[in-house]
Amino acid sequence: MSCHAPVLEQLEENPKTASTASRLRTVALVGPPNSGKSTLFNRLTGMRQKVANYPGVTVEHHSGRMKSIGRGDLTLIDLPGIYSLSTYSEDARVAVEVLTGKMPGVPRPDCVLLVLDATHMNRQLMLAAPVFSIGLPTLVLLNMSDQLELRGGKIDTLALARELGHPVALISAAKDIGLEVVPDFLVQADGTLNTKLRPVQLPVLQSPAACRAWASQVTTRTGYQSPAVSRWTQRLDSVLLHRVAGPLIFLAVVFAVFQVVFSIGQPLSDGMGSLLDHVGASLGQILPDNWLRLLLLDGIWRGVTSVLVFLPQILLLFLFIGVLEDSGYLARAALIADRVMRSIGLNGKAFIPLLSAYACAVPAIMATRTIENKRERLATILIAPFMTCSARLPIYTLIIAAFVPHRLFLGGLIGLRALVMLGLYGLGFFAALITARMLNSSVMKASPAPFILELPQYRWPTVQSLGLRLYDRGRLFLKKAGTVILGVTFLVWVLSVIPVHGGQLSDLSTSVIGHLGHTIEPLIRPLGFNWKIGIGLLSSIVAREVIVGTLGTLYGMDPGTHALGLEAALRHDITAAGAIALVVFFAFAMQCTSTLAVVRRETNSWKFPALQFTYMTTVAYLAALITNQVLLRLL
Amino acid sequence: MTLLSDARVHDAGVVETVDLAEEVSHYLAHLGFLPGTRVEVLRRAPAGDPTVYRVDNVEVALRRDTARHITLKLEHGARK
Repeated sequence: MSCHAPVLEQLEENPKTASTASRLRTVALVGPPNSGKSTLFNRLTGMRQKVANYPGVTVEHHSGRMKSIGRGDLTLIDLPGIYSLSTYSEDARVAVEVLTGKMPGVPRPDCVLLVLDATHMNRQLMLAAPVFSIGLPTLVLLNMSDQLELRGGKIDTLALARELGHPVALISAAKDIGLEVVPDFLVQADGTLNTKLRPVQLPVLQSPAACRAWASQVTTRTGYQSPAVSRWTQRLDSVLLHRVAGPLIFLAVVFAVFQVVFSIGQPLSDGMGSLLDHVGASLGQILPDNWLRLLLLDGIWRGVTSVLVFLPQILLLFLFIGVLEDSGYLARAALIADRVMRSIGLNGKAFIPLLSAYACAVPAIMATRTIENKRERLATILIAPFMTCSARLPIYTLIIAAFVPHRLFLGGLIGLRALVMLGLYGLGFFAALITARMLNSSVMKASPAPFILELPQYRWPTVQSLGLRLYDRGRLFLKKAGTVILGVTFLVWVLSVIPVHGGQLSDLSTSVIGHLGHTIEPLIRPLGFNWKIGIGLLSSIVAREVIVGTLGTLYGMDPGTHALGLEAALRHDITAAGAIALVVFFAFAMQCTSTLAVVRRETNSWKFPALQFTYMTTVAYLAALITNQVLLRLL
Repeated sequence: MTLLSDARVHDAGVVETVDLAEEVSHYLAHLGFLPGTRVEVLRRAPAGDPTVYRVDNVEVALRRDTARHITLKLEHGARK
């Protein structure tokens, strides 16, 4: 297909000036949700993306330099996926403000890349008219050309470009087809930047019905043939959404994820652990035998690496989530789970933010912007931190590996450890549900918002997109280990060797931290925790993973457990009942300053984060108390 | 005239009215639920609700609560 011929023809009139003389600065990427915008963004910027927030309005957006196409001088802004520029949703409001240059701190874009899914043009074109009316040079990219061709659809880009008055090209961001039109367009746009744009004859389209009528006319006039429905999607759905098989497969998938995190992730983590220990031992031989070695090795190295070893398991979990999301299965899972969600009084729209809270509560809380109803949004914000975020994974895995025996059921398909982990996820989920229930029945009376869910066609997750997710996650995790966790373990080490008497460092029990720990010990003793766990809990108010680092440092400094690994040291020091109570505490507790900060920002008051912190900590304390007391009598 | 929620799996018809709060109907319109577009009932979720509809070559799931505010003129030959 000679799809981008029109663009190239037009371009030849413009000399390809070097990008040095460019007046073009900022390019906006606009498109409906699920049009492949993010994939295109990554193609154009080459994964060098930067996550940023709009000041004041915090719907997440990406911006990046267009390095992949040799235009590192240009910034590409990835706007949230929108259907229209009518400002019913926060997302559309953000898009309009950016496009019209009214968003503080964000430069007004000089031109627009409009991405539309070529497989449903009737619907996707509805966004084109309002975007054109902004009056910026626009390149229309009809994405998913491979899908269109595969399923027998037809599109005449030449006719469409004539009809729209803007250049049109057929591309496939996923398959990297046709993207060479983008740099050509940018050169052209640069040339026309200060010249007046050719006025485009477009009707003023206010209502969706008018937009739709216009879009249908355009597609009819240009001979668009929509592709046949993907037969694979139909076949898969008849199994995956089957009345009986559907929910069973859903459960099997969830089990499989946790099982793999243990059966494959654990050996990887162990391997990484012994590698890091080895490195530590080698470092120990270089360092002089004085306080510096104690600080670097027993303090920081031990603390930081005891968190680092969980990297493989966290990456595995995100690989799974990525495959489920990119393939289109997650939308089906939402559909299967909707009935349960509703019976406990949860808004359908709360589902997606809550689902993303499994990774981290911070983006989840930002994603609640899509909930128009203020009270429902608040309810979702308040319950999101109960969902088991990945920061809980290190302490969960540590305790489970140390205290839960490795036992397999059903011919090795399901392990006890995976079941316990699943139970902890379930615990957080139920806490969220019960809290939602309480909020709904008391303060959160509001009309339910509808559940409207688009089911995408199934597709193979691309290596690139999965790689990007893992890269992002890995980077975040390493950054946290290198900053917060490093800082806290340093502090813990210092506090555990002062005061210094006559050049002699204190030992653990007579140090400042020892005194602090022993002071708070009576408060946590009934939960089955000792003073070291108490210090761990205090330090993890910064972030949940920190407890593992703190424990690593404390047990490393204790002569009694110095020679043991962290798992063995814990087994040596606390009872199984106390250990289980500890993970129960973490299932409920609000140990995360980032979440508290984002809740404050989103609700614009300290009242809600304070309430949330008090509530969650109380629930955590009581639940851990009950767990320990009951288990002590049972075990 | 039939309520979309009453249409059975495999039924198809043309949307006649959408009577929902403005922001909801606006969203639905952009998914294709506009008077005059053809809708097909594809399948129900395992629990019987929501239901998956095909409109404009896209599959969209709606709860019964929402679908009962949309009316449909069933196609000739479809069961009543």
